[in-house]
Amino acid sequence: MQRREWIKAVAGAGAIAGLVGCATGKVTPSSAQVLVVGGGYGGATAAKYIRLFSRNTVDVVLVEPNHNFISCPISNLVVGGVRRLADITTSYDGLRDRHGITVVHDTVTAVDAARKSVRLANGADIRYDTLVLSPGIELLFDAVQGLLQANAEGQVLHAWKAGAQTEALFRQLQAMPDGGVFALAIPEAPYRCPPGPYERASMVAAYLKKNKPRSKVLVVDANQDVTSKGPLFKKAWADLYPGMLEYRGQHKLVGVDMPTRTLRFDFQDAVKADVLNVIPPMRAGALAVQTGLANANGRWCHVDFLNFESTAAPGIHVLGDAIQTAPGMPKSGHMANNQAKVAAAAIVARLKGLEVNTSPMLTNTCYSFVSPSEVIHVASVHEYVAAEKTFKAVAGSGGVSAARSEQEALYAMAWARNIWADTLG
Amino acid sequence: MTMSSLRRTLRLLPVLASGLLCTLAHSQSAQELNTRALAATCANCHGTDGRAVAGSGSARLAGQSAGFIIEQLQAFRSGSRPATVMHQLAKGYSDAQIRDLATYFSAQR
Repeated sequence: MQRREWIKAVAGAGAIAGLVGCATGKVTPSSAQVLVVGGGYGGATAAKYIRLFSRNTVDVVLVEPNHNFISCPISNLVVGGVRRLADITTSYDGLRDRHGITVVHDTVTAVDAARKSVRLANGADIRYDTLVLSPGIELLFDAVQGLLQANAEGQVLHAWKAGAQTEALFRQLQAMPDGGVFALAIPEAPYRCPPGPYERASMVAAYLKKNKPRSKVLVVDANQDVTSKGPLFKKAWADLYPGMLEYRGQHKLVGVDMPTRTLRFDFQDAVKADVLNVIPPMRAGALAVQTGLANANGRWCHVDFLNFESTAAPGIHVLGDAIQTAPGMPKSGHMANNQAKVAAAAIVARLKGLEVNTSPMLTNTCYSFVSPSEVIHVASVHEYVAAEKTFKAVAGSGGVSAARSEQEALYAMAWARNIWADTLG
Repeated sequence: MTMSSLRRTLRLLPVLASGLLCTLAHSQSAQELNTRALAATCANCHGTDGRAVAGSGSARLAGQSAGFIIEQLQAFRSGSRPATVMHQLAKGYSDAQIRDLATYFSAQR
């Protein structure tokens, strides 16, 4: 490029940057046509697809406190020591640079639905025409006596939000003596990622089999039985980790005692272990609850499934793990990504004066590692059923793996690379 | 303006320009939007608009012929093409939806 052309390009770029406002600057924008709060699978996908579906004509601001996206799917491989946190981390640069989304790294502390405005931790307000909340989950530490303190002190980890705890849990596993017990406590459904705990148990068992073969994994589950892919998980455990992985259903955790490292249950005998990994009960992210959107038992947010608009507050759309799901709809990253696309299309249709789609579709494909090289899946396709105002699985579709396989391990990583690019790239 | 923000802005130019051109060229219809949203249900594994991440191992759908896509999805549905998961997913879409998906992906580059 000649110097003179380069100067012209700079001048043009400056003018356009001024028009779109803050696309390149660090200043918090004062308003947004669509404001998306939360940059996980739901929020990041919604931000990108509102841009794609509107052909970049709708202005989108995304507020997310973390500077990088760290994926919960595949994070159990970090817990098991076969992947690193960097392998499951993706930057938000793609949303900003390739799609023209203004990404603000801050926390929304309050939503004023009447004034159509949110307040950030830095004190600034952003006004919006349409609000999309993808607030994730809040872990209810208080539901288990002693857990809040034990977690705050780093002694009992959940690692159910991928990040620092994911790595810290692997370090606890590494530090555990051979012959020790790794206990994993699972809350009553519904919780984020139904098969996730059983995948974790498998990956911990795989690590122990290789590195500390006299050790044991003890799964204590508040549910009656394995909540997802049960026969496939149980066959993998019997074949791959005989005598190493013990599963106990109907164990509802009520207390954690430190320093004796004891888990106490409502009816069953207490157990002691060397590493205590407790996944607490959970509900919709705190922002959704404090905004008054958690109108399903005070825990989850009812939405209109045609556009994922809250039934408690028109003009606010809620996505992902925070919602009260339709029958057979898991709280998964894949599902949040698909919900975001339905919401994005409905929001763009409304802004463009087009009729909102009356027959949206969703898919879910969930891969679980049962060892570092073998995977099982569950998949489903969901259609909107107008008569019942909900999504239902399409009759005859979906299912689980015929058997665990190495081929599906390749597909699982292909899924991960493509969904990360689809959500953030 | 710093060099990095300049580079970002320059990268943004084609995005802005294409948005403007599309708006000028023709307005959007509900049918186009619905088809694009339907196609987006495939993107988790096959990439945004069917452009799978290179080397990921997922089939690229963008730019495949419509006839080929319809044939493969029908083969998954009937079981004549063996699969780990696609036979379960293909059964979730109607003939009309499969035609719309095929037409959409064949028009992507």
